[in-house]
Amino acid sequence: MSHRFSDVAALKDELAGVDYLSDEGIAGVVYLADRLQKPILVEGPAGTGKTQLAKSVSEITGARLIRLQCYEGLDESKALYEWNYKKQLLRIQAEGGSDEDWTDLSDDIFSDEFLLTRPLLEAIRSEEPVVLLIDEVDRVELETEALLLEILSDYQVSIPELGTIEAKQIPLVFLTSNNTRELSEALKRRCLYLHVDYPDMEREKEIVLTKVPDITENLADQVARVVRSIRQIELKKHPSVSETLDWAKTLVLLGVEKIDEQTAASTINILLKYQSDINKALKELATADGVTP
Amino acid sequence: MTVTDAAADATPEGVGDPILDLLNGFIVQLRAAGLPVSLTENLDAMQAIRHVPLEDRETFKYALAATLVKHHNHWKAFETVFEVYFSLRGDEYQIGDELVELPEMDEDEQGDQQGSGDQQGGGGENLTPEELAEMLYQSLMRGDQQMMRGVARQAVKRYAGMEPGRPVGGTYYLYRTLRNLDIDGVLERLLEQEQNEDGEAPSDFEQRLARDEYQSRANQLQQEIEGEIRRRLVADRGVEAMAKTLRKPLPEDVDFMHASREEMASLRKAIWPLTRKLAARLQRKRRHGRKGPLDFRRTVRASLSYGGVPAEPKFRNPRPHKPEIFVIADISGSVAAFARFTLHLVYAIAGQFSKVRAFVFIDGLDEVTHMFEGVEDINEAVHRVNTEADVVWVDGHSDYGHALGVFWEKYGNEIGSRTSIMILGDARNNYHASESWIIKAMNEKARAVHWLNPEPQSYWDTGDSIVGEYDQYCDGSFEVRNLRQLEAFVDNLA
Repeated sequence: MSHRFSDVAALKDELAGVDYLSDEGIAGVVYLADRLQKPILVEGPAGTGKTQLAKSVSEITGARLIRLQCYEGLDESKALYEWNYKKQLLRIQAEGGSDEDWTDLSDDIFSDEFLLTRPLLEAIRSEEPVVLLIDEVDRVELETEALLLEILSDYQVSIPELGTIEAKQIPLVFLTSNNTRELSEALKRRCLYLHVDYPDMEREKEIVLTKVPDITENLADQVARVVRSIRQIELKKHPSVSETLDWAKTLVLLGVEKIDEQTAASTINILLKYQSDINKALKELATADGVTP
Repeated sequence: MTVTDAAADATPEGVGDPILDLLNGFIVQLRAAGLPVSLTENLDAMQAIRHVPLEDRETFKYALAATLVKHHNHWKAFETVFEVYFSLRGDEYQIGDELVELPEMDEDEQGDQQGSGDQQGGGGENLTPEELAEMLYQSLMRGDQQMMRGVARQAVKRYAGMEPGRPVGGTYYLYRTLRNLDIDGVLERLLEQEQNEDGEAPSDFEQRLARDEYQSRANQLQQEIEGEIRRRLVADRGVEAMAKTLRKPLPEDVDFMHASREEMASLRKAIWPLTRKLAARLQRKRRHGRKGPLDFRRTVRASLSYGGVPAEPKFRNPRPHKPEIFVIADISGSVAAFARFTLHLVYAIAGQFSKVRAFVFIDGLDEVTHMFEGVEDINEAVHRVNTEADVVWVDGHSDYGHALGVFWEKYGNEIGSRTSIMILGDARNNYHASESWIIKAMNEKARAVHWLNPEPQSYWDTGDSIVGEYDQYCDGSFEVRNLRQLEAFVDNLA
């Protein structure tokens, strides 16, 4: 099986080519996932580009992105496959008069034609390369996680009536989690683990520069600095990268060139979404002494 | 170690034996540090390192981390073991005889110094303290990584006073080095500099940003210094001994009673997911539990598709079960650290459940629910509880009997069949009367009474601890000294 990426550095450049700025860790793990043919479990705070990573990888490999959004109550029939029972009923009724053998008929109605594929099965059966994104896997119940295990370790799906369907190609699988609950050991064991944290200041500045058109380097630098300072304060919810970008865009629209206390105070509600956080951050930023270590 | 031997056998050829031995040794160290590394993960790691260039230290590290570390909280422990274990491997990390004299590294430093216009005559060996201080100043001002590394090396060499074979921990050397470097002083100077350049005095806001910038550079430098000290210590004492001294408990094993400030902060962060889990557990029980009464209308509606036969009875959704939680916490001196933590826990729980009432006691008892309400900042709430709550009755020494008496008298009538009561304390009663009949009476009215005890189980019922007397009437007493135990308690609760 040919590999998708030649080496880590090249992968990093390719990702940068589609405006996804990775670092050593991210690129390294994606590269390994391709080589070892293992799924990647991406964890980290909300808004750090976990889903975007999967999208960007599908973009650079030219693979189709199949996405399974997880939610509480997700079950087999939504994730794996379902029998199209209305069509099956029609089939039986159409045969109504004739004296076709029942075994033939039952073989017939449990065939490919009556199978509705759902994202996981779809990813496996696809002929062309696929990136499978299983989003927010921490939202499903612990018991439902078991649904994923077979596909994650062996890239196959067993359907009792049909047998085992094996993958035509090995999809690159991303699972994302916001860490609202501990995932099972069984799931973790099958995956490579990647923790995506808030980017450091340099990288965040780069991200702002790539994603916000017309921003000056000076302003991007200031944005990244302010956001870093805010993240050092103990808050309910720290600003995510997407919120940083929104803020930078706003500042550009307002024609701000230098962020001073006034501008920060009037636009901080884009970065922070809790009133208590806003109050605290403004109070903290106005003190010159910084956080006592 | 049979497990790792088996792993080695199973690995495809292509990797030389020395690497395998190295990796096996590394995994033994990881396990010793408490990380749960399974056999599959071990095999994955061996597979992984075949695909990455071994010279590239960062990539190598991430490859190992991706396969071996499956929990973000374990990252720090992994990093420590990695740094120690591989500290003397890799070209740029060779030190060899460097303890005696510094090799080429000094050339780089010199280059840097000349670049910065700092006239420097001889080699790094002859740096005077003043020159070193100047180098420090320059490196922090420009945030120059290479230069910081040079400063770190010099500083450790000059100030740490490391002697081979001396049984002193790394923190001691770190302290000595930092004290001599006076980084804080340099930071002040840098900030003043900032002001002078501008001409006008910068606003507090600007100062704050500048300070954060320099602080982060200083932290970087400190890490360099730590790394340098660690490398030298490893060279002196060997990998195993060093890994052992640096071994710290994993975040979930940190004892609440003895948590450092830093550990406390990370514990606080861990509480939120835990209470969400608690809420989710109770909610799930609600959904999957017993069904509600028969829904006649929907049953008839459903029967139409079966030709009027009610083949599929429909039920109403069960009434949502709204748990009511009473938390009664000991905040006396003996459990002060634990109490601070429990107050955070109470606050977090209150965010998830609609009906939570909090009580604190020492020898008196007071309700503090209102202090948590509408308070956005938990530290403020904790401060208010500690200063305003009326919890001292006589002498400010724990008296569980009296406190429970007050509770029973004032709030006993408010306990209902849906109330879960959690009592947090060490049950060290200073030889007062236990009044354990109150717990019995409470449990008769309430849904459940749980006792969380921050003391190790082996200390229970020793001295003035009277856990046993209360325990007989509780639904359970639990030793809760760290996050792992707290999580286990939450898991068992639902």
